[in-house]
Amino acid sequence: MVKYIIYRLIQAIPAMIGITIIGFFLVHIVPGGPAQAMLGAKATPQKIAEINRIYGLNKPIVVQYGIWMWQLLHGNLGTSYFYNQSVWSLIAINMPRTLGIVGVSIVIAHVCSVILGSMQAYWKNTVFDYLVTTVTYFFYAMPFFWLGIIMVLIFSVDLNWFPSGGLSNPLNPNPGVGSWIAHSTLPIVTLVIGTIAQWAQYMRTSMDETLIQDYIRTARSKGLGESVVVMKHALRNSILPLITLLGFALPNLFAGALFVEVVFNYPGMGLLFWNAALQRDYPIILGIVVLTGMLTIVGNLLADLLYGLIDPRIKYT
Amino acid sequence: MATPEVQLSPPSPQVVERREPSREWKTFWSNPLAWIGVIVLTLIVLFSFVGPVFYHVSAYAPNLGAALSPPNAQYPLGSDSLGRDNLIRLMIGGQLSLEVGFAAALVTMVIGVIYGLISGFVGGATDVILMRIVDILYAIPQLFFLLFLDSVFKPNAVLLVFVIALFSWFGVARLVRGEVLSLKTRDYVEAARALGSSNMRIMIRHLLPNVMGVVVVSTTLQVANAILTVAGLSFLGLGLPPPTPNWGQMLSDSMTYMFQNAWWLIYPPGFAILFVELCVNFIGVALNQAYDPRLRR
Repeated sequence: MVKYIIYRLIQAIPAMIGITIIGFFLVHIVPGGPAQAMLGAKATPQKIAEINRIYGLNKPIVVQYGIWMWQLLHGNLGTSYFYNQSVWSLIAINMPRTLGIVGVSIVIAHVCSVILGSMQAYWKNTVFDYLVTTVTYFFYAMPFFWLGIIMVLIFSVDLNWFPSGGLSNPLNPNPGVGSWIAHSTLPIVTLVIGTIAQWAQYMRTSMDETLIQDYIRTARSKGLGESVVVMKHALRNSILPLITLLGFALPNLFAGALFVEVVFNYPGMGLLFWNAALQRDYPIILGIVVLTGMLTIVGNLLADLLYGLIDPRIKYT
Repeated sequence: MATPEVQLSPPSPQVVERREPSREWKTFWSNPLAWIGVIVLTLIVLFSFVGPVFYHVSAYAPNLGAALSPPNAQYPLGSDSLGRDNLIRLMIGGQLSLEVGFAAALVTMVIGVIYGLISGFVGGATDVILMRIVDILYAIPQLFFLLFLDSVFKPNAVLLVFVIALFSWFGVARLVRGEVLSLKTRDYVEAARALGSSNMRIMIRHLLPNVMGVVVVSTTLQVANAILTVAGLSFLGLGLPPPTPNWGQMLSDSMTYMFQNAWWLIYPPGFAILFVELCVNFIGVALNQAYDPRLRR
């Protein structure tokens, strides 16, 4: 097991280096650097050269990459051009907010998809099954951001149950957890609905395939109750594909979080990135791309390891 | 030296053309989902491309006196904040959204098929390197890159098509490579090689037609993805420049009038995207059932 983890970590290194190279060169090759974006209409060749010199943008690109990589290895992602703060401190503020809504969404969506998908497979081809399939299809085809807008329209503007956006009430000097829950309910619900729509169908297929296996028939003929058969025997096996999906779902969920953060004006990584992209704040853009890339790789690794914990047939060598 | 044998093989194109409708074709049309998908999608395409011929209203002329009016006799779907007719903007907006979506899926397919064919057919070290590159690209958060490239290039529709394709061909490439790996050991490939066919000929005449099944299915789903991506980028204000409307940008504009409860601006473009997505997915599911022998009944 330890050997396998080390092997996988070593395997992840080229991928990580690849991400830094592609990210760095793509970001630096584009025309119109940060100097242009900073100065706007006031830009003169002298001022641009001055700014490029301050930020080390006049050095050869390979040297710049070397410097940036050396700093990265020391855990330094550089300083934002616009906020005059280290990228780390900006990410440290915004990352927990995004991970908060994404994490809670993953847990809720997972539990709901497993329950919903299993029920669908158990009562296959009944009215219930068709109804759930239709509804999930509907939500699956729906763009995340439109779902968010409708949420605001219904639950915030019409019913006035939840605030329409932000992180907490700006008039309240000392917002507590309650305020965060109220403000993040709609973003989380939006993410959860979008995710369940994708996962429930996988769960249905998987449970459907499991329920016709021989060992399920054996369990039933031993006289075990239906609930034990489904919850204990079938569930453990049919949950496997969903775990792999979790690893792949991370980039998707971050993308979803970006839209949700823009709709609800929720200050997380997505909003930070969006603003940085508009201002060409290279260090922030690179920092977020590298971090999300790393999270994706770690997510895949965790999914593989979880797979083995749940399925004892898989041996890591 | 192998020429006599080559001449022995019959001219195949004519044989292919006289064949009766394939099993896949029949299975596809026996699926009600396929019918719903094709019919509704055709209606939406007609609405966007033929609709403006019959509904003669300017999509750009502002009329500030009638700004943000709800649906009425003059404006069947209401008007936007500049008093422009919402119905005609929905039609015109569909053109761009659909064109970019389909074109991006097509380019994605071409890149993916070529890459996958080469990787799978050549094999060995080339395959390992090419697939490692795909692995790396998979880990890249593509929306973040798209967003960034868009903010820099301020792309037109053609550039946007290629930018989207650039970040979505890996799935197709992996799929094609997998298929090619299993197909290239088949007897008919050996036979073709024994007859002296070049590698190029084997790839194009023998392998390509046999991977088209999976490619068609994944391209269909790619259309859905691309339309969503275009809408998403436009929603973030980075897709395609105004004044030509598209559905994503219309949704983005509508968000400003969320609190005035301008529902006629929020629902129509959203439902348009939703219906296209549903139709394309229905067609994809039906195609998948037709091409995957395990799903055939």
